[in-house]
Amino acid sequence: MNMLLLLLIIPALTVGGLLFSNGKRLPRMVAAVGMSLQFAAACYLVLAYLQERAAGNTAEMLFTSSYEWFKYLNIRFDLGVDGVSVSLILLTAIVTLAGVFISWRVEDLAKEFFVSLILLATGVFGFFISIDLFSMFLFYELAVIPMYLLIGIWGSGPREYAAMKLTLMLMAGSAFLLVGLLGLYFYSANAADQHTFNLLEIARGGIPIEAQRLFFPLTFVGFGVLGALFPFHTWSPDGHASAPTAVSMLHAGVLMKLGGYGCFRVAIFLMPEAAAEMSWFFIILTGFSVIYGAFGAIRQTDLKYINAYSSVSHCGLVLFAILMLNETALTGAVLQMISHGLMTALFFALIGMLYERTHTRIVQEMGGLLKVLPFISAVYVIAGLASLGLPGLSGFVAELSIFVGAFEHPDVFHRVWTILAVSAIVVTAVYILRVVGVMLMGPIKEPAYASLPGAYWFEKTGALLLVLPILGMGLLPLWLADMIQFSLIPLLRALGVG
Amino acid sequence: MEGYAYTIWIILLPFLVFLVTGVLSLRIRPQLAGWIGTAGILVTLVLSLLTAWNYFSAALPADGGWPTVIPVNYTWLRFSDTLVVHMGVLLDPISIMMLLVVSIVSSMVHIYSLGYMKDEPGFARYFAFLSLFSFSMYGLVLATNLFQIYFFWELVGVSSYLLIGFYYDRPSAVAAAKKAFIVTRFADFGFLVGILLLSWYSGTFDFLALNNPDGAAIAGAASATFMGASVLTWALVLIFMGGAGKSAMFPLHIWLPDAMEGPTPVSALIHAATMVVAGVYLVARLFPVYHMSGGAALEVVAWTGAITALFAALIAITQEDIKRVLAYSTMSQIGYMMLSLGVSGYGGEEGLGYTASMFHLFTHAMFKALLFLGAGAVIHAVHSNVMGDMGGLRKYLPITHAAFLVACLAIAGIPPLSGFFSKDEILAAALHHNPAIYGIALLVAGLTALYMFRLYFRVFWGEEKAYAHKPHEAPLVMWGPLMVLAALSVVGGFIPFGHYVSSDRQVMAMHPEMSIAVTASVVSIAGILLAMWLYRRPSALPAQIAGSLGSLYQSAKNKFYIDEIYMGVTKKILFAGIATPVAWFDRHIVDGTMNAIANLTARISSVIKGLQSGHVQQYAVGFVVGVLGLVVIFIYWLKF
Repeated sequence: MNMLLLLLIIPALTVGGLLFSNGKRLPRMVAAVGMSLQFAAACYLVLAYLQERAAGNTAEMLFTSSYEWFKYLNIRFDLGVDGVSVSLILLTAIVTLAGVFISWRVEDLAKEFFVSLILLATGVFGFFISIDLFSMFLFYELAVIPMYLLIGIWGSGPREYAAMKLTLMLMAGSAFLLVGLLGLYFYSANAADQHTFNLLEIARGGIPIEAQRLFFPLTFVGFGVLGALFPFHTWSPDGHASAPTAVSMLHAGVLMKLGGYGCFRVAIFLMPEAAAEMSWFFIILTGFSVIYGAFGAIRQTDLKYINAYSSVSHCGLVLFAILMLNETALTGAVLQMISHGLMTALFFALIGMLYERTHTRIVQEMGGLLKVLPFISAVYVIAGLASLGLPGLSGFVAELSIFVGAFEHPDVFHRVWTILAVSAIVVTAVYILRVVGVMLMGPIKEPAYASLPGAYWFEKTGALLLVLPILGMGLLPLWLADMIQFSLIPLLRALGVG
Repeated sequence: MEGYAYTIWIILLPFLVFLVTGVLSLRIRPQLAGWIGTAGILVTLVLSLLTAWNYFSAALPADGGWPTVIPVNYTWLRFSDTLVVHMGVLLDPISIMMLLVVSIVSSMVHIYSLGYMKDEPGFARYFAFLSLFSFSMYGLVLATNLFQIYFFWELVGVSSYLLIGFYYDRPSAVAAAKKAFIVTRFADFGFLVGILLLSWYSGTFDFLALNNPDGAAIAGAASATFMGASVLTWALVLIFMGGAGKSAMFPLHIWLPDAMEGPTPVSALIHAATMVVAGVYLVARLFPVYHMSGGAALEVVAWTGAITALFAALIAITQEDIKRVLAYSTMSQIGYMMLSLGVSGYGGEEGLGYTASMFHLFTHAMFKALLFLGAGAVIHAVHSNVMGDMGGLRKYLPITHAAFLVACLAIAGIPPLSGFFSKDEILAAALHHNPAIYGIALLVAGLTALYMFRLYFRVFWGEEKAYAHKPHEAPLVMWGPLMVLAALSVVGGFIPFGHYVSSDRQVMAMHPEMSIAVTASVVSIAGILLAMWLYRRPSALPAQIAGSLGSLYQSAKNKFYIDEIYMGVTKKILFAGIATPVAWFDRHIVDGTMNAIANLTARISSVIKGLQSGHVQQYAVGFVVGVLGLVVIFIYWLKF
């Protein structure tokens, strides 16, 4: 059996187990065990992958297999991974496990909550291991639907509005996407001259440039909606603000990565000529969202809104980097996805912990928390520093790779937009340090805060699961970057720059 | 080269100490964290001394120049096949000199802090941050390439942020820490773009390749032009922008005076002796490139330095807070170092400015750290930073007084103390290359003597205040370091610096020029005498002079309103002009459009919904109207 299937079987078994576990305590234990196994499987996958590469296997995708679905339409379920998907699978496993620990205290409909959460994660895992457009789309939808329930049922504030808005906007994106994917299918041809959904076969056969010009923008925007592409990002602040903690973590940490990954794997990889032709337009759009998100974050008062706008800025940088179409920037884009996934999940986890204690998310209503909640505050500072790109933490490696890569284009247009994107590092410092200064430092604002309980063991576990990779990636990024870079070779060849 | 592999531990050891004390800071006894930190830094001091000894006692290679040794260089990240980032150790005369400066001052500050910070609640955290800083600073000075220096550059920035904000429950400290980080971050934005430009054209980050005198690596950048200057010049000016931010050069200096909110030993270490001179070190590190780029970039360095030196000295005369006087003095002295680099040529006697700048960096680190630690002892004794609360302290603090006097004489440039020698070289270099800058430098020398001795006389002489507690001398852990630094401030000037440090690495003989030495000494002594006349005894004279100077005095006292200008720009333009409209635009226009689309859909659906009413009559009417309409269209329009 293909070991990649494990990544679907473990969550499926976990969901099965959850259906039979009632009460308040049992579901979370089942979820924790299941996701720990999933994490172990992801780690094992990384090791197996590296071992295979070290043994000299240079195939584009490893661990491939293919299962037939609808024969006469040539729809198959094709599996396979490369360095990019492996690293994102690891990210997903980490964030999901952390999310389960952070949700330790969810007791209303605990069973249903964890089922939805794990279904969502399953969709994401399935998306990352698929190498055909049909199953990718299927898993994509599988990830989006539970989100609606999770926000609508366990959310807070105007949760129906937020859930509806989020789902509708993402669905609108998938409508674009579906047209794009079907278009790709009908213009594709494999060796046997059949239409195909298989990514590798489509890439090998090539898509005519006229079709690319039509379908590139459709797929890029379709995936871009999920990657918070301006101006289709407004589901993100409202959605995050209403979502329960673990859902925000998974959503910003992992689900938004589907957008970036899709743009990279489908839009750019299959339609490189159109990408090169049309990148200028999207560079303006994404470069703009980098600065726009950062400035938007300055004025927010709600922690979740700050983080949502900050995500617009950071995810904008992912898409911006993808559009640079060269090795260094693309590596940076994947690194940025991982880095953003880790730190934004961490942020949402911490915001959840703070909210449970202070019952507010408004920055100005808190103050002096460093003294009372040293663990949470210290981790918040680390997350903040990672977000503003401090060396030694993950954000720095990613951002610098992107900037160096973007600078490889010597023309004025690229230079100007790169420098504008770089300038966001200053604005980011402003909004991060403002929060740290007001919320964590200064005198204790409310006398009641002096007796807040410190972090519990499950909160610490969840936070450390995210902090340690942030540190590890920031201090020793070489193996990860090399793993990603090696997998870009086919894409670069398609782009004609490898 | 073998034999220096242990130098990597100079960087790693403080990092390990940081991890241990940082993670355990809430668990272990605070005193223990202090001892671990101090022990760690003393080990690095020993290693640094050993390195310096090994390096400088080895025979010079055949070409007579000091070698560049890279004992350790790990591959840290690969951007592409050609552009690789290393992390390693580069040993050459200036990095070893910096190594000595950092390890000596940091060790003294660690020991001193054991006493000074004794009763602070965050004692363990303080030592963890000090170790973090030491780690970052070592990594910075030993960097083998631009990327590594940028890496540690940001880390010293964050250590500085954490330490300025050490007293984090004071709003002023929080504001100062934030300001320091953001201002230097803004400068680093320029630095980063400069690095990107330079590395794109040269295909390397490595100092060894960039500094190669044949200029091969930088040829591409030198030949491309942008807006009338070569790209190389632009890149170097941008890199200098980073240096200017870190080294508090005008107009990026506004964070340094506020940074005095941090504990005084931190001011001594970070904001006087080590981190703030990183900008000077950066320019010196790339000096061959600056030289090869033609004169424009160095001209910018020289004038920025000169203007800062004068500007800060003028403000220093008017300040009341003892630490702020020292902060402006630091700015002014760093301006001195910068201008010296700016006027320097390359090779032989031409490179005097380079040697002088490094020399001054070294001597300044010693006497300025001494001044700050001395000021700490004073503050410790009277529990105030303001000079108005001090006076006549020489009786109570004899040891501090003696050390402080030595430092004041050294900074004023009185022979034979160390400041005299280094300042003399700077003046000589300036005179030969740019008489206008020489004039400014000479004036600043006089002003330096004036503001330092104004401080000295007002604190240790003048009228004795009614102290709540009788001020008492600091304990041994505090005055011990003072003695060490005082000794170094006295003898530091006798180091034959030109022998070790010169622009082209060759041994350079330095010839003190009598005329300059005499002029400078006379100017300094005049400054001291003026200060003595005005401040030794309580008198109304200073106030009268200030009054007669009117607006000039007022604007200097208000730091020439630079802070207000910055506040105006950030509040009015960035916050009110950009951030607020962006937030509004996003909520009302972008999101409004999305909501409008949704509402429109709902509206249309409610209209269409009405059509399917279930009334057969309605359907029949629709049917008839439809048929008639089609008939009309077919007959009259399509003309069947």
